[in-house]
Amino acid sequence: MTDWPLWEVFVRARRGLSHVHVGSLHAADAEHALRNARDLYTRRQEGVSVWVVPAERITASAPEDRGSFYDPAEDKVYRHPTFYPVPDGVEHL
Amino acid sequence: MTTEAPAAPGAHDAQRRFDGMIAADERIEPRDWMPDGYRRTLIRQIAQHAHSEIIGMQPEGNWITRAPSLKRKAVLIAKVQDEAGHGLYLYSAAETLGVSREELLDLLHEGRQRYSSIFNYPTLTWADVGAIGWLVDGAAITNQVPLCRCSYGPYARAMVRICKEESFHQRQGFDSLYVLARGTGAQRRMAQDAVDRWYWPSLMMFGPPDAESAHSEQSMAWNIKRFTNDELRQRFVDIIVPQAEALGLTLPDPDIAWNAERGHYDFGTPDWDEFKQVLKGGGPCNRQRLEHRRRAHADGAWVREAARAHAAKRAARDTAGEAA
Repeated sequence: MTDWPLWEVFVRARRGLSHVHVGSLHAADAEHALRNARDLYTRRQEGVSVWVVPAERITASAPEDRGSFYDPAEDKVYRHPTFYPVPDGVEHL
Repeated sequence: MTTEAPAAPGAHDAQRRFDGMIAADERIEPRDWMPDGYRRTLIRQIAQHAHSEIIGMQPEGNWITRAPSLKRKAVLIAKVQDEAGHGLYLYSAAETLGVSREELLDLLHEGRQRYSSIFNYPTLTWADVGAIGWLVDGAAITNQVPLCRCSYGPYARAMVRICKEESFHQRQGFDSLYVLARGTGAQRRMAQDAVDRWYWPSLMMFGPPDAESAHSEQSMAWNIKRFTNDELRQRFVDIIVPQAEALGLTLPDPDIAWNAERGHYDFGTPDWDEFKQVLKGGGPCNRQRLEHRRRAHADGAWVREAARAHAAKRAARDTAGEAA
Protein backbone atom coordinates (compact mmCIF):
# COMPACT_ATOMS: atom_id res chain seq x y z
CA MET A 1 0.00 0.00 0.00
CA THR A 2 1.63 3.24 -1.09
CA ASP A 3 0.88 6.80 -0.06
CA TRP A 4 -2.04 8.78 -1.48
CA PRO A 5 -0.86 11.18 -4.20
CA LEU A 6 0.95 14.36 -3.16
CA TRP A 7 -0.74 17.78 -3.62
CA GLU A 8 0.77 21.22 -3.36
CA VAL A 9 -1.38 23.72 -1.46
CA PHE A 10 -1.77 27.45 -2.19
CA VAL A 11 -3.72 29.76 0.11
CA ARG A 12 -5.09 33.26 -0.47
CA ALA A 13 -4.88 35.00 2.90
CA ARG A 14 -7.27 37.85 2.10
CA ARG A 15 -9.26 39.06 -0.86
CA GLY A 16 -6.96 41.13 -3.04
CA LEU A 17 -3.85 39.03 -2.36
CA SER A 18 -2.36 36.26 -4.50
CA HIS A 19 -2.46 32.62 -3.54
CA VAL A 20 0.81 31.66 -1.87
CA HIS A 21 2.34 28.20 -1.65
CA VAL A 22 2.09 26.95 1.95
CA GLY A 23 3.15 23.31 1.75
CA SER A 24 1.90 19.96 0.58
CA LEU A 25 -0.23 17.07 1.72
CA HIS A 26 -1.43 13.64 0.65
CA ALA A 27 -5.01 12.98 -0.47
CA ALA A 28 -6.87 10.44 -2.55
CA ASP A 29 -8.40 13.00 -4.93
CA ALA A 30 -8.83 16.74 -5.46
CA GLU A 31 -11.89 17.18 -3.26
CA HIS A 32 -10.24 15.22 -0.46
CA ALA A 33 -7.11 17.35 -0.90
CA LEU A 34 -9.16 20.53 -0.52
CA ARG A 35 -10.74 19.32 2.71
CA ASN A 36 -7.39 18.21 4.11
CA ALA A 37 -5.86 21.55 3.11
CA ARG A 38 -8.66 23.36 4.93
CA ASP A 39 -7.99 21.32 8.09
CA LEU A 40 -4.22 21.50 7.87
CA TYR A 41 -3.45 24.98 6.62
CA THR A 42 -6.37 27.17 7.71
CA ARG A 43 -7.00 26.15 11.34
CA ARG A 44 -6.69 29.81 12.35
CA GLN A 45 -8.52 31.47 9.50
CA GLU A 46 -5.34 31.87 7.47
CA GLY A 47 -7.20 31.85 4.19
CA VAL A 48 -10.31 32.72 2.22
CA SER A 49 -9.46 30.58 -0.81
CA VAL A 50 -7.42 27.40 -1.31
CA TRP A 51 -5.92 25.83 -4.43
CA VAL A 52 -4.63 22.27 -4.55
CA VAL A 53 -2.50 21.08 -7.45
CA PRO A 54 -1.19 17.55 -8.03
CA ALA A 55 2.54 17.84 -7.26
CA GLU A 56 3.44 15.76 -10.29
CA ARG A 57 1.72 18.26 -12.59
CA ILE A 58 4.04 21.11 -11.65
CA THR A 59 6.86 21.82 -14.09
CA ALA A 60 9.74 23.69 -12.47
CA SER A 61 12.80 25.39 -13.85
CA ALA A 62 16.13 23.90 -12.79
CA PRO A 63 18.18 25.90 -10.30
CA GLU A 64 21.37 25.10 -12.28
CA ASP A 65 19.93 27.11 -15.19
CA ARG A 66 20.09 30.23 -13.11
CA GLY A 67 22.62 31.90 -15.34
CA SER A 68 21.56 30.94 -18.83
CA PHE A 69 17.83 30.72 -18.25
CA TYR A 70 17.51 34.26 -16.97
CA ASP A 71 20.33 36.00 -18.84
CA PRO A 72 18.11 37.48 -21.56
CA ALA A 73 17.03 40.00 -18.91
CA GLU A 74 20.52 40.64 -17.61
CA ASP A 75 21.68 43.27 -20.13
CA LYS A 76 18.43 45.21 -20.39
CA VAL A 77 18.89 47.83 -17.73
CA TYR A 78 16.88 50.20 -19.91
CA ARG A 79 13.77 48.37 -18.73
CA HIS A 80 14.12 50.16 -15.40
CA PRO A 81 13.11 53.81 -14.95
CA THR A 82 16.34 54.53 -13.06
CA PHE A 83 18.24 54.02 -16.36
CA TYR A 84 17.05 57.45 -17.56
CA PRO A 85 18.53 60.65 -16.12
CA VAL A 86 15.97 63.28 -15.24
CA PRO A 87 17.02 66.92 -15.70
CA ASP A 88 16.88 69.03 -12.55
CA GLY A 89 13.54 70.64 -11.95
CA VAL A 90 11.50 68.14 -13.96
CA GLU A 91 8.75 66.59 -11.87
CA HIS A 92 6.05 63.90 -12.16
CA LEU A 93 8.22 61.79 -14.50
CA MET B 1 33.67 37.32 -24.69
CA THR B 2 35.46 34.28 -23.32
CA THR B 3 37.24 31.82 -25.56
CA GLU B 4 37.03 28.99 -23.06
CA ALA B 5 34.44 26.31 -23.58
CA PRO B 6 31.92 26.45 -20.71
CA ALA B 7 32.85 23.84 -18.12
CA ALA B 8 30.31 21.07 -17.61
CA PRO B 9 28.57 21.75 -14.31
CA GLY B 10 30.33 18.99 -12.40
CA ALA B 11 30.07 17.95 -8.78
CA HIS B 12 32.87 20.34 -7.90
CA ASP B 13 31.00 23.40 -9.21
CA ALA B 14 27.84 22.28 -7.50
CA GLN B 15 29.64 21.88 -4.20
CA ARG B 16 31.20 25.32 -4.61
CA ARG B 17 27.83 26.89 -5.34
CA PHE B 18 26.33 25.16 -2.31
CA ASP B 19 29.19 26.30 -0.05
CA GLY B 20 28.80 29.83 -1.39
CA MET B 21 25.09 29.91 -0.59
CA ILE B 22 25.71 28.62 2.95
CA ALA B 23 28.49 31.18 3.46
CA ALA B 24 26.15 33.95 2.29
CA ASP B 25 23.46 32.59 4.67
CA GLU B 26 21.11 31.98 1.75
CA ARG B 27 18.41 29.32 1.79
CA ILE B 28 18.80 25.96 0.07
CA GLU B 29 15.66 24.88 -1.81
CA PRO B 30 14.53 21.36 -2.76
CA ARG B 31 15.75 21.39 -6.35
CA ASP B 32 19.22 22.74 -5.47
CA TRP B 33 22.17 20.38 -5.47
CA MET B 34 23.19 19.54 -1.91
CA PRO B 35 25.81 17.23 -0.38
CA ASP B 36 24.51 13.78 0.59
CA GLY B 37 25.45 14.41 4.21
CA TYR B 38 23.40 17.60 4.32
CA ARG B 39 20.40 15.78 2.85
CA ARG B 40 20.79 12.83 5.24
CA THR B 41 21.17 15.08 8.28
CA LEU B 42 18.05 17.03 7.37
CA ILE B 43 15.98 13.93 6.67
CA ARG B 44 17.01 12.50 10.04
CA GLN B 45 16.34 15.72 11.92
CA ILE B 46 13.07 16.68 10.24
CA ALA B 47 11.74 13.11 10.46
CA GLN B 48 12.65 12.89 14.15
CA HIS B 49 10.94 16.21 14.66
CA ALA B 50 7.81 15.07 12.77
CA HIS B 51 7.70 11.81 14.73
CA SER B 52 7.97 13.77 17.98
CA GLU B 53 4.96 15.87 17.04
CA ILE B 54 2.69 12.92 16.37
CA ILE B 55 3.94 10.76 19.25
CA GLY B 56 3.55 13.89 21.39
CA MET B 57 -0.21 13.72 20.83
CA GLN B 58 -0.40 10.67 23.08
CA PRO B 59 0.60 11.91 26.56
CA GLU B 60 -1.86 14.80 26.34
CA GLY B 61 -4.53 12.96 24.40
CA ASN B 62 -4.66 10.81 27.52
CA TRP B 63 -6.42 13.67 29.34
CA ILE B 64 -8.92 14.89 26.73
CA THR B 65 -11.83 12.89 28.11
CA ARG B 66 -10.98 13.91 31.67
CA ALA B 67 -10.29 17.62 31.26
CA PRO B 68 -11.82 19.45 34.24
CA SER B 69 -14.00 21.86 32.22
CA LEU B 70 -15.42 22.28 28.75
CA LYS B 71 -13.05 25.21 28.17
CA ARG B 72 -9.96 23.20 29.10
CA LYS B 73 -11.20 20.33 26.98
CA ALA B 74 -11.72 22.50 23.89
CA VAL B 75 -8.26 24.01 24.39
CA LEU B 76 -6.63 20.60 24.78
CA ILE B 77 -8.33 19.21 21.69
CA ALA B 78 -7.14 22.23 19.68
CA LYS B 79 -3.61 21.75 20.98
CA VAL B 80 -3.47 18.04 20.21
CA GLN B 81 -4.88 18.76 16.75
CA ASP B 82 -2.10 21.32 16.27
CA GLU B 83 0.49 18.66 17.13
CA ALA B 84 -0.93 16.47 14.36
CA GLY B 85 -0.75 19.46 12.02
CA HIS B 86 2.86 20.15 12.99
CA GLY B 87 3.73 16.55 12.23
CA LEU B 88 2.15 16.91 8.79
CA TYR B 89 3.97 20.19 7.99
CA LEU B 90 7.23 18.50 8.91
CA TYR B 91 6.60 15.25 7.03
CA SER B 92 5.80 17.37 4.00
CA ALA B 93 9.08 19.29 4.44
CA ALA B 94 11.00 16.00 4.75
CA GLU B 95 9.39 14.69 1.58
CA THR B 96 10.90 17.55 -0.43
CA LEU B 97 14.24 15.82 0.23
CA GLY B 98 13.19 12.75 -1.73
CA VAL B 99 11.91 10.44 0.99
CA SER B 100 8.31 9.20 1.07
CA ARG B 101 5.81 9.57 3.90
CA GLU B 102 5.35 5.83 3.99
CA GLU B 103 9.09 5.19 4.40
CA LEU B 104 9.28 7.67 7.27
CA LEU B 105 6.35 6.10 9.10
CA ASP B 106 7.85 2.64 8.58
CA LEU B 107 11.13 3.83 10.10
CA LEU B 108 9.26 5.20 13.11
CA HIS B 109 7.16 2.06 13.53
CA GLU B 110 10.22 -0.18 13.29
CA GLY B 111 12.03 1.91 15.90
CA ARG B 112 14.75 2.85 13.40
CA GLN B 113 14.13 6.58 13.69
CA ARG B 114 13.69 8.31 17.00
CA TYR B 115 11.33 10.82 18.50
CA SER B 116 12.00 13.13 21.42
CA SER B 117 12.66 11.17 24.63
CA ILE B 118 10.35 13.50 26.56
CA PHE B 119 7.24 11.72 25.30
CA ASN B 120 8.28 8.50 27.00
CA TYR B 121 7.26 9.92 30.38
CA PRO B 122 3.70 9.34 31.62
CA THR B 123 1.06 12.03 32.26
CA LEU B 124 -0.07 10.97 35.72
CA THR B 125 -2.33 13.88 36.68
CA TRP B 126 -4.26 16.72 35.04
CA ALA B 127 -1.50 19.12 36.15
CA ASP B 128 0.88 17.29 33.81
CA VAL B 129 -1.01 18.81 30.88
CA GLY B 130 -0.20 22.27 32.26
CA ALA B 131 3.42 21.35 33.00
CA ILE B 132 3.87 19.97 29.48
CA GLY B 133 2.48 23.13 27.95
CA TRP B 134 4.66 25.37 30.07
CA LEU B 135 7.92 23.39 30.23
CA VAL B 136 7.91 20.96 27.30
CA ASP B 137 6.40 23.35 24.77
CA GLY B 138 8.51 26.14 26.26
CA ALA B 139 11.67 24.11 25.67
CA ALA B 140 10.43 23.19 22.20
CA ILE B 141 9.91 26.87 21.34
CA THR B 142 13.40 27.76 22.59
CA ASN B 143 14.75 25.05 20.29
CA GLN B 144 12.53 25.91 17.37
CA VAL B 145 12.72 29.67 17.10
CA PRO B 146 16.31 29.56 15.73
CA LEU B 147 15.20 26.80 13.32
CA CYS B 148 13.01 29.41 11.57
CA ARG B 149 16.35 30.62 10.14
CA CYS B 150 17.59 27.14 9.24
CA SER B 151 19.37 26.97 5.86
CA TYR B 152 16.86 24.55 4.34
CA GLY B 153 13.91 26.57 3.05
CA PRO B 154 11.01 24.13 3.48
CA TYR B 155 12.08 23.26 7.04
CA ALA B 156 12.51 26.91 7.99
CA ARG B 157 9.07 27.80 6.57
CA ALA B 158 7.42 24.91 8.43
CA MET B 159 9.07 26.12 11.63
CA VAL B 160 7.72 29.66 11.22
CA ARG B 161 4.20 28.25 11.06
CA ILE B 162 4.83 25.90 13.99
CA CYS B 163 6.35 28.55 16.25
CA LYS B 164 3.35 30.80 15.74
CA GLU B 165 1.05 28.02 16.90
CA GLU B 166 3.28 26.80 19.74
CA SER B 167 3.05 30.05 21.64
CA PHE B 168 -0.63 29.33 22.36
CA HIS B 169 0.43 25.88 23.61
CA GLN B 170 2.84 27.32 26.12
CA ARG B 171 0.46 30.01 27.34
CA GLN B 172 -2.43 27.66 27.92
CA GLY B 173 -0.10 25.42 29.97
CA PHE B 174 1.11 28.34 32.06
CA ASP B 175 -2.48 29.54 32.50
CA SER B 176 -3.61 26.12 33.67
CA LEU B 177 -0.74 25.81 36.19
CA TYR B 178 -1.32 29.36 37.38
CA VAL B 179 -4.93 28.53 38.26
CA LEU B 180 -3.96 25.27 39.98
CA ALA B 181 -1.19 26.97 41.95
CA ARG B 182 -3.83 29.35 43.33
CA GLY B 183 -6.40 26.65 44.00
CA THR B 184 -6.89 24.28 46.91
CA GLY B 185 -3.96 22.73 48.74
CA ALA B 186 -4.44 19.53 46.78
CA GLN B 187 -4.44 21.39 43.45
CA ARG B 188 -1.31 23.26 44.45
CA ARG B 189 0.46 20.05 45.43
CA MET B 190 -0.60 18.46 42.16
CA ALA B 191 0.85 21.39 40.18
CA GLN B 192 4.12 21.28 42.13
CA ASP B 193 4.39 17.51 41.68
CA ALA B 194 3.94 17.86 37.91
CA VAL B 195 6.64 20.54 37.70
CA ASP B 196 8.92 18.35 39.84
CA ARG B 197 8.56 15.50 37.37
CA TRP B 198 8.77 17.49 34.10
CA TYR B 199 11.60 19.91 34.91
CA TRP B 200 14.57 17.59 34.36
CA PRO B 201 13.21 15.79 31.29
CA SER B 202 12.49 19.18 29.70
CA LEU B 203 16.13 20.24 30.23
CA MET B 204 17.14 16.99 28.49
CA MET B 205 15.12 18.02 25.43
CA PHE B 206 18.03 20.18 24.27
CA GLY B 207 20.14 17.07 23.82
CA PRO B 208 23.42 15.98 25.38
CA PRO B 209 26.05 18.50 26.53
CA ASP B 210 27.96 20.11 23.67
CA ALA B 211 31.07 18.04 24.34
CA GLU B 212 29.09 14.84 23.67
CA SER B 213 26.81 16.02 20.91
CA ALA B 214 27.57 13.95 17.83
CA HIS B 215 26.00 16.09 15.12
CA SER B 216 26.20 19.61 16.49
CA GLU B 217 29.35 20.91 14.88
CA GLN B 218 28.53 19.91 11.33
CA SER B 219 24.91 21.08 11.70
CA MET B 220 26.14 24.48 12.84
CA ALA B 221 28.54 24.69 9.90
CA TRP B 222 25.61 24.01 7.58
CA ASN B 223 23.43 26.67 9.28
CA ILE B 224 20.90 24.02 10.22
CA LYS B 225 21.56 24.63 13.89
CA ARG B 226 22.22 28.20 15.03
CA PHE B 227 23.02 27.67 18.73
CA THR B 228 24.52 24.77 20.66
CA ASN B 229 22.54 22.49 22.97
CA ASP B 230 24.05 24.08 26.06
CA GLU B 231 23.40 27.63 24.85
CA LEU B 232 19.73 26.83 24.27
CA ARG B 233 19.42 25.01 27.60
CA GLN B 234 20.83 28.08 29.37
CA ARG B 235 18.43 30.36 27.52
CA PHE B 236 15.51 28.17 28.59
CA VAL B 237 16.52 28.13 32.27
CA ASP B 238 16.93 31.90 32.22
CA ILE B 239 13.37 32.18 30.91
CA ILE B 240 11.63 29.74 33.24
CA VAL B 241 13.18 30.70 36.59
CA PRO B 242 11.26 34.01 36.83
CA GLN B 243 8.17 32.34 35.35
CA ALA B 244 8.25 29.71 38.12
CA GLU B 245 8.39 32.56 40.65
CA ALA B 246 5.32 34.14 39.04
CA LEU B 247 3.55 30.79 39.27
CA GLY B 248 4.53 30.46 42.90
CA LEU B 249 5.99 27.01 42.23
CA THR B 250 9.56 25.83 42.74
CA LEU B 251 11.86 24.17 40.25
CA PRO B 252 13.31 20.96 41.72
CA ASP B 253 16.90 22.07 41.25
CA PRO B 254 18.86 23.20 44.34
CA ASP B 255 21.66 24.54 42.14
CA ILE B 256 19.54 27.28 40.59
CA ALA B 257 21.13 30.60 41.53
CA TRP B 258 21.66 33.89 39.76
CA ASN B 259 25.25 34.25 38.61
CA ALA B 260 25.90 37.98 38.29
CA GLU B 261 29.28 37.40 36.71
CA ARG B 262 27.87 35.33 33.85
CA GLY B 263 24.60 37.22 33.71
CA HIS B 264 22.77 33.87 33.72
CA TYR B 265 21.23 31.45 36.17
CA ASP B 266 23.43 28.56 37.25
CA PHE B 267 21.59 25.25 37.32
CA GLY B 268 22.19 21.57 37.98
CA THR B 269 23.15 18.74 35.67
CA PRO B 270 20.41 16.50 34.33
CA ASP B 271 20.83 12.77 34.85
CA TRP B 272 22.36 11.93 31.48
CA ASP B 273 22.34 8.20 32.23
CA GLU B 274 18.56 8.39 32.51
CA PHE B 275 18.47 10.32 29.22
CA LYS B 276 20.46 7.59 27.45
CA GLN B 277 18.29 4.87 28.98
CA VAL B 278 15.09 6.53 27.80
CA LEU B 279 16.55 7.18 24.36
CA LYS B 280 17.51 3.53 24.07
CA GLY B 281 13.94 2.48 24.81
CA GLY B 282 14.13 2.05 28.58
CA GLY B 283 11.81 4.93 29.56
CA PRO B 284 8.53 4.35 31.38
CA CYS B 285 6.36 4.59 28.24
CA ASN B 286 8.54 3.81 25.19
CA ARG B 287 6.86 0.54 24.43
CA GLN B 288 3.35 1.85 25.02
CA ARG B 289 3.90 4.89 22.75
CA LEU B 290 5.18 2.85 19.82
CA GLU B 291 2.56 0.15 20.20
CA HIS B 292 -0.18 2.73 20.27
CA ARG B 293 1.24 4.43 17.15
CA ARG B 294 1.47 1.14 15.24
CA ARG B 295 -2.05 0.20 16.27
CA ALA B 296 -3.45 3.59 15.25
CA HIS B 297 -1.76 3.24 11.86
CA ALA B 298 -3.03 -0.31 11.34
CA ASP B 299 -6.54 0.63 12.50
CA GLY B 300 -6.56 3.46 9.96
CA ALA B 301 -5.62 1.22 7.03
CA TRP B 302 -9.24 0.68 5.97
CA VAL B 303 -9.83 4.44 5.84
CA ARG B 304 -6.82 4.94 3.57
CA GLU B 305 -7.96 2.11 1.32
CA ALA B 306 -11.58 3.26 1.26
CA ALA B 307 -10.63 6.82 0.29
CA ARG B 308 -8.48 5.47 -2.48
CA ALA B 309 -11.25 3.17 -3.75
CA HIS B 310 -13.76 6.03 -3.59
CA ALA B 311 -11.41 8.29 -5.58
CA ALA B 312 -10.86 5.57 -8.18
CA LYS B 313 -14.62 4.99 -8.52
CA ARG B 314 -15.30 8.69 -8.99
CA ALA B 315 -12.49 9.05 -11.50
CA ALA B 316 -13.91 6.10 -13.48
CA ARG B 317 -17.38 7.64 -13.40
CA ASP B 318 -16.04 10.99 -14.63
CA THR B 319 -14.21 9.27 -17.49
CA ALA B 320 -17.34 7.30 -18.41
CA GLY B 321 -19.37 10.52 -18.30
CA GLU B 322 -16.96 12.24 -20.68
CA ALA B 323 -17.00 9.28 -23.08
CA ALA B 324 -20.84 9.20 -23.21
